[in-house]
Amino acid sequence: MSFDNAYESLVEDNDETHWAYGTGFVDILSDVDHAVPDGVDAPKLAAYCLLLGDDALVMAQRLSAWCSWAPELEEDVALANIALDLLGQARLLYTRAAEADPSIRPTAAPAHVPAEDALAYFRDELDFRNVRLAEIDTGPGPAGDFAMTIARLLVFASWRLAIFARLTDTADPVLSAIAAKGIKELAYHRDHAAQWTIRLGDGTALSAERMRAGFAAIWPLVPELCAPHPSDLLDPAPVAAELDDVLDRVFAAARLRRPEVPAMAGVSGRTGRDGVHTTALGYLLAELQHIARSHPQAVW
Amino acid sequence: MDLALARQVAASVLDPELPVLTLADLGVLRDVAADADGIVVTITPTYSGCPAMETMRMDLIRSLHTAGFDRVRVRTELSPAWSSDFISEDGRRKLVEYGIAPPGPVDRHSGPVPLTLRPPVARVCCPRCGSADTEELSRFGATACKALRRCLACAEPFEHIKEL
Repeated sequence: MSFDNAYESLVEDNDETHWAYGTGFVDILSDVDHAVPDGVDAPKLAAYCLLLGDDALVMAQRLSAWCSWAPELEEDVALANIALDLLGQARLLYTRAAEADPSIRPTAAPAHVPAEDALAYFRDELDFRNVRLAEIDTGPGPAGDFAMTIARLLVFASWRLAIFARLTDTADPVLSAIAAKGIKELAYHRDHAAQWTIRLGDGTALSAERMRAGFAAIWPLVPELCAPHPSDLLDPAPVAAELDDVLDRVFAAARLRRPEVPAMAGVSGRTGRDGVHTTALGYLLAELQHIARSHPQAVW
Repeated sequence: MDLALARQVAASVLDPELPVLTLADLGVLRDVAADADGIVVTITPTYSGCPAMETMRMDLIRSLHTAGFDRVRVRTELSPAWSSDFISEDGRRKLVEYGIAPPGPVDRHSGPVPLTLRPPVARVCCPRCGSADTEELSRFGATACKALRRCLACAEPFEHIKEL
């Protein structure tokens, strides 16, 4: 027996109750032997999966805000699809993080909430470890525009792809598998952003100016991406080299210059990876989390 | 426990988004086995965020329950990552009949993923008239696995399963 659509199955007699805001009660990596291999530092692995998951969740939330606001219908679909891929990566990474170190589960989350949802909905701003590039508001709305959104997406996807390509043979087979899966998705995101950058940068005087301004606006947050941090599982230097190379090639094809804008400082040197964020993240999380936090027991 | 029957039932469950394809045609059904706790079905996601996975899981459990298997578990396996190359020949034929262009072969590479600065010049034939004179309308379609194209010979738009 199967159903013509997903909604039909919801009204069928079954004893499955779902938590109202997330993914039901089935962990996405359910029922697999996911023991952390010997020699892997489980808390460090968990912290790393968590920060990669935070980057993806926050970026997905920003991108999905464009749905119905993009310059054309196809782009609504494109940005929503990219957001969905990143949300899927966040789910896998959060689930793996909680498997590797169950103590990271926030105590504020009710017991019936799956680990991935507990991490997404029940942590405060200071507990998020995403880079600040992912959280800033690039529009829709007065804080940004489509060009700035594409500029951020190109940098984010190129950087994340360079990381994932180097994670496919980590000591943890689950993280490696998540990375191998994500590579294909991120390559598509990067190419999509690169093609828009070229179309706009090498387009009219107005589109070129908007694209230039978009890169200038996000550039202060780019140095943070490859700054060495104690949470790293990878050497950031080759990632930085690949990111530079990719961006330079896209800039050349788009007839854009690499922006010369100083980096945004952290607070006493601390940045997104330390839980120190811009004001944008608090508002983003309020929108993302507040219904789930207001009605944590709701089920359907 | 009739494992052959369980395999047959699991292999015939339809994809919720492409209801002409079975999960076996699509290449997401990895294994059907039995252990002391019942039937264990292994599936792999197409895209990390594919929302159809949960429906596939429920459909598998329901179909196997109906066929008399009371204890069924569905496990997820990520590695090796799904590729559009896993879609069977039979599945490709069914897709064309349904009006969706099947994916071409996937370029294999190792090391850093090469940057492509131009849209890929894929040779995708119109599933309606067979013409190879088609163009991409949108790199993203109604589901994560599809792009939108149009045939320049018969002027019909159609969906294309992306190479992944």
